[in-house]
Amino acid sequence: MEYLLQQLINGITLGSIYGLIAIGYTMVFGIIGMVNFAHGDVFMLSSFIALIFLLALSQIAGITSLALSLFIVLLLGMVLTSLWAWVIERTAYRPLRGSFRLAPLISAIGMSIFLSNFVQVAQGPRNKPVPSILADVITIRQGENYTVAVSYKQILIVVVTAVLLAAFWYVVQKTPLGRAQRACEQDRKMAALLGVDVDRTISLTFVIGAALAAVAGLMFMIYYGVVNFSDGFTPGVKAFTAAVLGGIGSLPGAVLGGLLIGLIETLWSAYFTIDYKDVATFLILAVALIFMPTGLLGKPEVEKV
Amino acid sequence: MSAPLLSVENVSAFYGSIQALKGVSIEVADKEIVTLIGANGAGKSTLMMTIFGQPRAREGRIVYEGRDITQLPTHEIARLRIAQSPEGRRIFPRMTVRENLQMGAEIDGGQHFEADLAKVCELFPILAKRIDQRGGTLSGGEQQMLAIGRALMSRPRLLLLDEPSLGLAPLVVRQIFEVIAELNRQGMTVFLVEQNAFHALKLAHRGYVMVSGSVTMSGTGRELLARPEVRAAYLEGGR
Repeated sequence: MEYLLQQLINGITLGSIYGLIAIGYTMVFGIIGMVNFAHGDVFMLSSFIALIFLLALSQIAGITSLALSLFIVLLLGMVLTSLWAWVIERTAYRPLRGSFRLAPLISAIGMSIFLSNFVQVAQGPRNKPVPSILADVITIRQGENYTVAVSYKQILIVVVTAVLLAAFWYVVQKTPLGRAQRACEQDRKMAALLGVDVDRTISLTFVIGAALAAVAGLMFMIYYGVVNFSDGFTPGVKAFTAAVLGGIGSLPGAVLGGLLIGLIETLWSAYFTIDYKDVATFLILAVALIFMPTGLLGKPEVEKV
Repeated sequence: MSAPLLSVENVSAFYGSIQALKGVSIEVADKEIVTLIGANGAGKSTLMMTIFGQPRAREGRIVYEGRDITQLPTHEIARLRIAQSPEGRRIFPRMTVRENLQMGAEIDGGQHFEADLAKVCELFPILAKRIDQRGGTLSGGEQQMLAIGRALMSRPRLLLLDEPSLGLAPLVVRQIFEVIAELNRQGMTVFLVEQNAFHALKLAHRGYVMVSGSVTMSGTGRELLARPEVRAAYLEGGR
């Protein structure tokens, strides 16, 4: 029982990170129907940006307050990662819009390879250790032979994720920007007829997705205590899986999918064998898609004609 | 006559290699109702969309308020206070009626939203009842009213209406034509595409007839109504 509780805590933490990345996939897919394969690498890039800033702040700027430096790292990381995503969209995707369907997809794969190689060359291929932060734990429950504990970093990850998702949900549902985004998603031509700058809205979609991925990158770095240039691939594919499982194009679906994938992966590792955790994740995806091809929340809207 | 509000000069447009408009010229003066009639596939809706640069005119030019807008991006054309209720209505299906109307008001930042919402709901009371319903769940007629309402939300100077009577009950059609006449009395310029030629020509000050991508006839609404070839082709079901 205690063991299960602990795994649930771990799974939700991991799932939060996947959920944050998954939103970037699902939003971009929703608005231009493209799977942005470089999104996982943008996430990886953001974890390096976070590490560099974290070290710079403590070593060079000499900021000793952890909360302050994490906050600065978060903000700078979001801004810089967004800038990357903006440039990527302008150079690698926008020129190909209106070309055949596969062109931007191939360009995205190319961008993914470019980003991971760029980081490999610039930062070296070895794992970069991250100074351990927020590793203290709170004991929730003392079992007979097992102690349930939640670490500060887990709390930080879940709380920051929840706050950001709420803010993000507000932007999408209640602001003119969010409305323009949803309008572009449903009918780009009509949105333009109503004065929406479609190109700008698409750019902003990439930027917002990247900002959320940057948060995930910082969390990932803190959680695992190590970053590597190849870290974009597996979490990227898992987050993409989460988006598909939740119903690609659906924002709540992306979050739900992320949590489910996190839980499945953690529980499988805890009760079966850790070597097959990725197999289990993707197997459940395959089964889910056979019986629910549109994902969990991606129900096609019933429309009267 | 002073310079027209909108003039389409010798415009040709293509879908891929298919020519949809063949040197079309049309003028719409300020505070006029102008109608364009023609059979299915004549290019009427294409002309409406070409005014917005979708597709862009390959030859000729489009002048609005004395300014050449042929190459302007679509969203900037919308910001010149030209609004369109397009073919197929194009309601955002997963947005509520209110949000659809908000999209219409976006170009001036939604500052007149509440006042204009009240006006639109007065013109089409059914929209007030459906205000929190999703656009996709509305009936065809309700969607048509929403599309017109959405176009009105931007306070347009020129209103383009593409087949506002399509698929509507006769009573509703009459109501919509009354609304168009009323808007025109208040000073709005209307360019109307219709298959319902009889109603449209009776309402309009002037009309054009389009046949396979070219304008073949023009004149006042009354003149066109009296022309035997118009009667034969568009008013008597081809009998």
